[in-house]
Amino acid sequence: MTDENPVVLELRGITKRFGPLVANEAIDLVMRKGEILALLGENGAGKTTLMNILFGHYVADEGGVFVADGAGALQPLPPGSPRAALDAGIGMVHQHFALAENLTVLDNITLGTEPLFRLSRANSAARAKLAGLMQRSGLKIDLDAQVSQLSVGERQRIEILKALYRDARILVLDEPTAVLTPQESDGLFETLRSLAAHGLSVVFISHKLHEVVSGSDRVAVLRGGRKVAEIPTRGSDKAQLAELMVGRAVSRSKREPRAPGAPVLILADVSVGGANIRQRLENVSMTVREGEIVGIAGVSGNGQAALANLLSGLVTPSAGTLSLGGKVMSLCDPQEFVAAGVGRIPEDRHHEGAVGSMTIAENIALETIRSRRFQRFGFLKFGAIRARAEEAIKAYDIRCPGPDAPIRQLSGGNMQKAILARALDDAPRLILANQPTRGLDVGAVAEVHRRLLLARERGAAIVLITEDLDELFELSDRVAVMFRSRLTDSFASADLDLKTLGLMMAGHDNEAA
Amino acid sequence: MMRLEPRTAPSPLLIYGAPVLAAVISLVLAAIPLLAAGVNVFQAYGVMISGALGSQFALTEVVARATPLILTGLAAAIAFRAKLFNIGAEGQLYIGALAAVAIGSGRFDGPAPLMILGICIAGAVAGALMMLGPTVLKVKLGADEVVTTLLLNFIVALFVQMMIEGPMKDPMSMGWPQSEPILDSATLPKLIDKTRVHAGLIIAILAAIGTEILMRRTVPGFRIRAVGASPAAARFAGMSVTKTMLLVGALSGAFAGLAGVGEVAGLKGYLTNDLSPGYGYAGIVVAMLAGLSPIGVIAAAFFVAAVFVGADSMSRAMTVSSYIANLIVALGLLSVLLSGVLTRYRIRWSLPARGRAS
Repeated sequence: MTDENPVVLELRGITKRFGPLVANEAIDLVMRKGEILALLGENGAGKTTLMNILFGHYVADEGGVFVADGAGALQPLPPGSPRAALDAGIGMVHQHFALAENLTVLDNITLGTEPLFRLSRANSAARAKLAGLMQRSGLKIDLDAQVSQLSVGERQRIEILKALYRDARILVLDEPTAVLTPQESDGLFETLRSLAAHGLSVVFISHKLHEVVSGSDRVAVLRGGRKVAEIPTRGSDKAQLAELMVGRAVSRSKREPRAPGAPVLILADVSVGGANIRQRLENVSMTVREGEIVGIAGVSGNGQAALANLLSGLVTPSAGTLSLGGKVMSLCDPQEFVAAGVGRIPEDRHHEGAVGSMTIAENIALETIRSRRFQRFGFLKFGAIRARAEEAIKAYDIRCPGPDAPIRQLSGGNMQKAILARALDDAPRLILANQPTRGLDVGAVAEVHRRLLLARERGAAIVLITEDLDELFELSDRVAVMFRSRLTDSFASADLDLKTLGLMMAGHDNEAA
Repeated sequence: MMRLEPRTAPSPLLIYGAPVLAAVISLVLAAIPLLAAGVNVFQAYGVMISGALGSQFALTEVVARATPLILTGLAAAIAFRAKLFNIGAEGQLYIGALAAVAIGSGRFDGPAPLMILGICIAGAVAGALMMLGPTVLKVKLGADEVVTTLLLNFIVALFVQMMIEGPMKDPMSMGWPQSEPILDSATLPKLIDKTRVHAGLIIAILAAIGTEILMRRTVPGFRIRAVGASPAAARFAGMSVTKTMLLVGALSGAFAGLAGVGEVAGLKGYLTNDLSPGYGYAGIVVAMLAGLSPIGVIAAAFFVAAVFVGADSMSRAMTVSSYIANLIVALGLLSVLLSGVLTRYRIRWSLPARGRAS
């Protein structure tokens, strides 16, 4: 049915090379009015490059972009000019938002649309236009709130409103759900649906199959810079799309039943002080045994970060006790925790997990650089450091130029593999996996899951903090929910359904639900 | 409109050619004010080169000026590596010199090696302590060290003025505000007779080599690199950001303090308030030119010293202001920094808004 709608955008034969790397190769793509197109592909498949060419951040080496003008005739879009793209009605919402935190929502939206020098601003006109837009799109937001006070989901709404305010007819979203909770993601797709119904054309970049299947009309699959498929979403399924995206069948690991062993981690009434809910823990009690995975669910910002910091050794409890293998850890310090056999996978691998400018080998030795293995009288043993990295590269199949390459050159999945190698290789008793697959592609997700299940098999106790509910149910033996700095009792994941969990995440206790 | 696009693999020609090109461009740019001053540019640069490299006197003068620049360059290089922006090397240099004078001008006496070691330790410790305050304020309270270290320079300058006009004033100075002279036993020996090249050069070069080894090959250096590049990741891995910063601050201050020791005990013999013509600030330029590499600091210090010496003799011979030296160094720094950017990125000029598209 959407095939009858007029074409609003056409990409013809787009090719883009970065040195020897071909990021896009002869890609053709057509967008029609009022449809939602998903651009699916693994990290590095060329999705973002293609959208950056569309928006004028990059100039294609070959090919061109054509946008329908007011009369519906396709006109070439001048390459390399975001201004021209904006004028042609293309709006882009980047993965990392471009908002001024210290300004209000209204200021952020109108920024750049007004003449530079004018004494009074025509705020009332802007407010009226935005009120209409909010009415139609269902994007509700307080225009006078300061951006720094708003959640990630709200900030994304501002970005979308910003594009709509500039009369975008084509909206491009780069990995829009990467930073959202499941609930926020659902809300986003509802919004996109209603916008499309009003005639907006939407392209979103994703590597998450479920949202592609549920949220789009048509899917274009990119692999290795080429468009390998373009199919209507209706009638496709996840397995088929996964295979198209990865280029081979993806095997998923399965959690085998296993009786848990002795307790490894015991939190008894632990509290951690902090300025807000995010950083605080209140009377948290939890036991994690050998060979079991305890999943921690919850809406982002309910204290998961504090729990992760606690289990990483970054903060010391203000009350209560944390014991590891029967020993109470009174002084919390990451080095002590690593020495006590805690393997830690941080939430943000770029920020906390790795030092981007240092080499892969140095990053793998980062936590244990003071051990006898890597230093003698304070002098580094380069041979040992590199040998360890080479083992890890082989064992974890880290795709890289070599152990001496800066780790920032790696893709997200390969960087995560390096972090896994560091965290898991010394057979830790306790593993903290904080959002271990966020932003990873299907192949890398499967690898992370396989490694965690292997560790469980070996007898490690695992705390899995995740916002990905599929992952939560797939991996966890038991599930507990964080809400406002408190942790609920845990429940066997087999006994929980999505609805109950959703209620728990919203703060209703299980009994009431 | 102009945009920067990252280059995936810069060619070797680009990597090694860019700095050379940058040096040439800075000379071309510096020709503009020379022309404005009505000078023959080729003659001026000829005088400059011969003034820096054309005689034994010129060469030893370059070496003498490079000596403190190596140390202040190291002070900046090691601190900047850890993202501790110490702009206070000038003040730390003076405090180091003051400490050397306090120990070495008659309060104690002993065999020369002991005295020299004594004033070196005193100067290094004094410089390190000067950095303690700003570092603690930065780590604990988030106070911007650029501001605190910069302002301390002026406080130190006034303090030194007070000391050499008051308690430490030389009674034999006929009223000049200067300290008592360093004892012979505490004076750094000359490396070449009848020149200004002194043993401070050896200290400076050893310090540079030592710092290079520290940064590349040791656990503390590993920590400094990690903390500098990513404090969050370093903290997560269990490194103490506070301790690392204190170490870096102490080393940085100590190097600047040593520069002051060398100037007062190797060159001037007593402390005046014009001991340093801005070596502390020039050290930042040296460190940036060296790309923050400790070994590279040696070469950069010689380069900057040569420009200063050459431009000095040019300004005397051609009667242009000696500030032209500062100008050339500044243009050189800007060119080198820009060439660094252009090595890593390529410039894309986007076409006019209604250009060709197909």
